[in-house]
Amino acid sequence: MRHGKYPFVAGFLFLPVLLYVTFVIYPTLRTFYISMTAWRGFSVAPKWIGFDNYKQLFDDDRFWQAITHHLELLVALPLITIAVALFFAFLLNVGGGSKGGVRTGVWGSKFYRVVFFLPQVLAIAIVGVMFQTVYRPDNTGLVNGVLTKLGFDPVALLVNKNTALWAIMFVAIWQAIGFYVVLFSAGMSSIPAEIYEAAELDGATRASLFFRVTLPLLWDTIQVAWVYLGIAAFDFFALINVLAQDGGYGGPDGATTTLATELYYAASKSKLGYASAIGVVLFFLTLTFAALTLRVTKRETIEY
Amino acid sequence: MTTNTTPAQDRLAASASPAARTAAGRQKREIRLFSRLSSISLMVWSVIILGPLIWVFLSSFKSPEEIFSSPWTLPAKLRWDNWGRAWNTAHIGTYMINSVIVVAISTVGTMLLGSMAAYVLARYKFFGNRFIYYLFVSGLAFPVFLALVPLFFVVRDLGLLGTKTGLILVYISYSLPFTVFFLSAFFKTLPTSVAEAAMIDGAGHVKLFFRVMMPMAKSGLISVGIFNVIGQWAQYLLPVYLVPGGYEKNWVLTQGIAEISTQAGFKSDWGALFAAITIAILPMILIYAVMQRQIQAGLTAGAVK
Repeated sequence: MRHGKYPFVAGFLFLPVLLYVTFVIYPTLRTFYISMTAWRGFSVAPKWIGFDNYKQLFDDDRFWQAITHHLELLVALPLITIAVALFFAFLLNVGGGSKGGVRTGVWGSKFYRVVFFLPQVLAIAIVGVMFQTVYRPDNTGLVNGVLTKLGFDPVALLVNKNTALWAIMFVAIWQAIGFYVVLFSAGMSSIPAEIYEAAELDGATRASLFFRVTLPLLWDTIQVAWVYLGIAAFDFFALINVLAQDGGYGGPDGATTTLATELYYAASKSKLGYASAIGVVLFFLTLTFAALTLRVTKRETIEY
Repeated sequence: MTTNTTPAQDRLAASASPAARTAAGRQKREIRLFSRLSSISLMVWSVIILGPLIWVFLSSFKSPEEIFSSPWTLPAKLRWDNWGRAWNTAHIGTYMINSVIVVAISTVGTMLLGSMAAYVLARYKFFGNRFIYYLFVSGLAFPVFLALVPLFFVVRDLGLLGTKTGLILVYISYSLPFTVFFLSAFFKTLPTSVAEAAMIDGAGHVKLFFRVMMPMAKSGLISVGIFNVIGQWAQYLLPVYLVPGGYEKNWVLTQGIAEISTQAGFKSDWGALFAAITIAILPMILIYAVMQRQIQAGLTAGAVK
């Protein structure tokens, strides 16, 4: 077993490590250095300026606008997605009552599961372009086509500052829900049917089955879902880049901007030190969020 | 709309106690209301999912007059010329082929390099093993945005800016953390007895890996493979940065579609825009229809772990 082990190990690791260090580790570490410099890219070397980029960033109203949007996304995106996905997963797995001791979903469960998951296989940028046509402000858009048919005035969802972020968030939810329905379904199907039987014998309604049995036993999965969706809220970029009304820079008037969008904008203006500082802030925010969520939502695991 | 009574409820209803009977009655009424509401909510969400997709598909056959009159009119005939303009004039054909080439090569590369690294890290003891493993896994915590600015210059300095090769190498690199993380856990679970038997039969390390271990890890490889194909196909940020304007012949589908939707010229050719979106979406829907079970398993595999 021993002979020729080291050449083999080295041979198998060489290419993966080389690529990974060149394209991931090196640029990632270099970002921390670049964020302390003034650098416009070509030929001239980066000039060390300490924390000036960060000072400038914290004085920038757009930065705080972006932070506000992240907070909104951080609460609304997981809350809505998880609530709706849990509800649907419950219907599809438990809602139909039990047949022969096995919990079943409502009629058509298989069909719904396939349909709900479908958006997950589509590229988010292409989904964004599709919703650009759906949200079109005159009656050639799908939403306004429906509204004008029903006798309402057309709405300009992406142009109005108050609705733009929500309209974009809806697209993310549209795509995400099916994934979490499948994820929660996997968790629910491993809950033994006897627990439901016993609860029903005690006269438990569907609602109390959900809140007293399903929810506590699914807590770990929900926690994972919250972290995933929270990270998605920090990485929010492609949809805004495609849907924001000012060509993808978080418009109208910064109403949909995020840190990733600000980074993209700064980089496109060759403010590379500043863009790197945004990247570093984004990294620490994501890390803090993930650590906090795992800590705060920690519960005793229920064995069953 | 059926009301399901469980054996438990039947027993309850049959029992003489009036309290139990009203409880059972309440349960039954509640179930009926619940199943009605739930059917409606499920149908509404299905319409919200399928509605836009069907609408875009139908609109891809419409003439400008039909598009402008109302979103509800059906196309009078199948106008494939919309599709033709999207494929040729808007270069969707080129972008589609680029996407297929890039994703095919980078997925194969990711699976090969990822499983090689994962296998060695999972099953061989050597100095620095844990260090390299955590180096890979730490990548799961870095957002791509963190590396973006220097990455552009790394790719440019290697002369790979705007090339498919550059994009492929970067896709492979950024897919490695999850692939290595997932597969090394998988290789650890494989029995050692088979490996020992093969070694006694005179198989070398390389032969052991390709002939014995890879086939045994097939189910894990398929899951991660699907995960990587869908993730890399959907990638938008990296191509936008690394294959910028001026390198249009190497653009992939996501950035091509996004560009078409903002191009001034195409604002007036909505039929072709609808056709372009349809062409971009349709292959994924067809693949999903054929293998939806494996795709669901592959995409959720990472979260269940």
